[in-house]
Amino acid sequence: MSRKTLIPIGPYHPLQEEPELFKLFCDGEIVKDIKWETGYNHRGIEKLSESKSYDQVFFLVERICGICSTSHPFAFANAVEEIAGVEITDRAKYIRSIIGELERIHSHLLWVGLAGHFLGYNTVFMWAWKYREPILDLFEMITGNRNSYAMFRVGGVRRDIESFKIPRIREILSDLHKKLDLLTGAVMDDPVIHSRTKGVGVLTRQDVIDYAAVGPTARASGVAIDIRKDDPYAAYPLVNWKVITAQEGDVFAKAQVRLLEMYESASIIEQCLQGLEKTKEGDVNVKVNEIPEGVGTGRAEAPRGEVFHFVVSDGSNSPARHKIRAPSYVNIATFKKACIGQTIADATISLAAVDPCYCCTERMAAAYDISSGERIFNGTELIEHSLRRTAELRKSGAGHE
Amino acid sequence: METDIIINKLTEKFSSDTVEIRLVKERRAIVTVNPAALPAIASHLYLNEGYRFIIASALHTRRGFEIYYHFSLDSKGLVLSLHVILDAEKPRIESLSNMFSASNWIEREMHELFGIDFMHHPNQEKLLSEGNWAEGVYPYRKEFK
Repeated sequence: MSRKTLIPIGPYHPLQEEPELFKLFCDGEIVKDIKWETGYNHRGIEKLSESKSYDQVFFLVERICGICSTSHPFAFANAVEEIAGVEITDRAKYIRSIIGELERIHSHLLWVGLAGHFLGYNTVFMWAWKYREPILDLFEMITGNRNSYAMFRVGGVRRDIESFKIPRIREILSDLHKKLDLLTGAVMDDPVIHSRTKGVGVLTRQDVIDYAAVGPTARASGVAIDIRKDDPYAAYPLVNWKVITAQEGDVFAKAQVRLLEMYESASIIEQCLQGLEKTKEGDVNVKVNEIPEGVGTGRAEAPRGEVFHFVVSDGSNSPARHKIRAPSYVNIATFKKACIGQTIADATISLAAVDPCYCCTERMAAAYDISSGERIFNGTELIEHSLRRTAELRKSGAGHE
Repeated sequence: METDIIINKLTEKFSSDTVEIRLVKERRAIVTVNPAALPAIASHLYLNEGYRFIIASALHTRRGFEIYYHFSLDSKGLVLSLHVILDAEKPRIESLSNMFSASNWIEREMHELFGIDFMHHPNQEKLLSEGNWAEGVYPYRKEFK
């Protein structure tokens, strides 16, 4: 009888940005079984939601995930608007879709970077994250935040996208197009990436159906489900785009789906911008007086797949029950299929391939003097400050043995 | 209305087990069913009609424990929720995890948070708080006066 060795990844491990424990049971280099333990980050958000007003819940659900922080408010808005029977304005629909698609681009770029990092290919990591920066800058321009945008409310959005901002959005997107061409070409043609990802972590069509996987994880295995197409919401029925699928189900197919989806997102944003130009500025809200008794189901296609919110209202100011299903909940469970039989080195990228939801929020801090209201640091000064601190640390000998 | 036709076809097939039909709006329906018939109906949806299991939502209300099993028919964009009401004292229902793996985790979670027993579940361990929460205490249960 062969002996199995337990290799733990986590609960705190450099590979994982969030605490979770994978137990790989290995025979030599081969993973024979995998167990997953979670709950290190359980925040009781469903329970918390019952104590917040409908308006506050948006800020709460936005904090479920730092990367796809708009997809939860999106699904929640869909659910509550279903209970209240509200139809939002076209302009609000366009703005919602623009935010959703910008988020998809930045999330997919983040994943491509991380995938490169897991493969030990840090050039891809540096590139992808560099190209992601202008998207975050766009978010800052449109919403005031690089992450956790606080754009959604029942009946519309909190901020309009004024017409003077549209040329800048177009400029960054056209710039992104060229960079995407470069990145996609480099990733798709690289023999090292081919040999590390093709035939690795394969998820068959049947596995996807059995585990009810969603998003790019399902689409890379030939299951063409996308809530934006199947159960259209916001501006998605008003624009033209196509669902990207691949058949192989391996890590390469998942990367391919994500890379090509970014082009579709960029095209959706462009069409939404044209929509904005046709609608009246400022017309982004419908007044909602009360949320009646009832149940509402809200779905939205997050970068990782379908986000599902189920809200039960008893006619009061806060939800009586709020059930949330993030896409990673079903996608992570497919590890059992994707990792068993792989080597340990391939198991890590197979784990990363479904893009499990890591909360990473990086944001430039602007410090203000409380008494005078004067801005103490701007971006350049912060960088200078950081460089100065690093130089001081070097001088003092820190970091050297 | 397409939703109408789909739901009527289903409830005709399981007419003796259907308690209530609610058509919330186009592409949204809730069908309250007899808990004993849930595996048969779920298996029909999953195997014959091509539905995908999304998630299940449990609630503790004055009527007892209620579970909504949400299914999605992606070709039509329909969300069909099968609704069951379980006994308030000893809530138990047949597990669906032997049919599809997608319900494995959520049944463990509902067992952990609400204390609902899922019969014949392959591995009804705690999902979130293994080893650091008291036995027999269910945080999502409510107290009704």
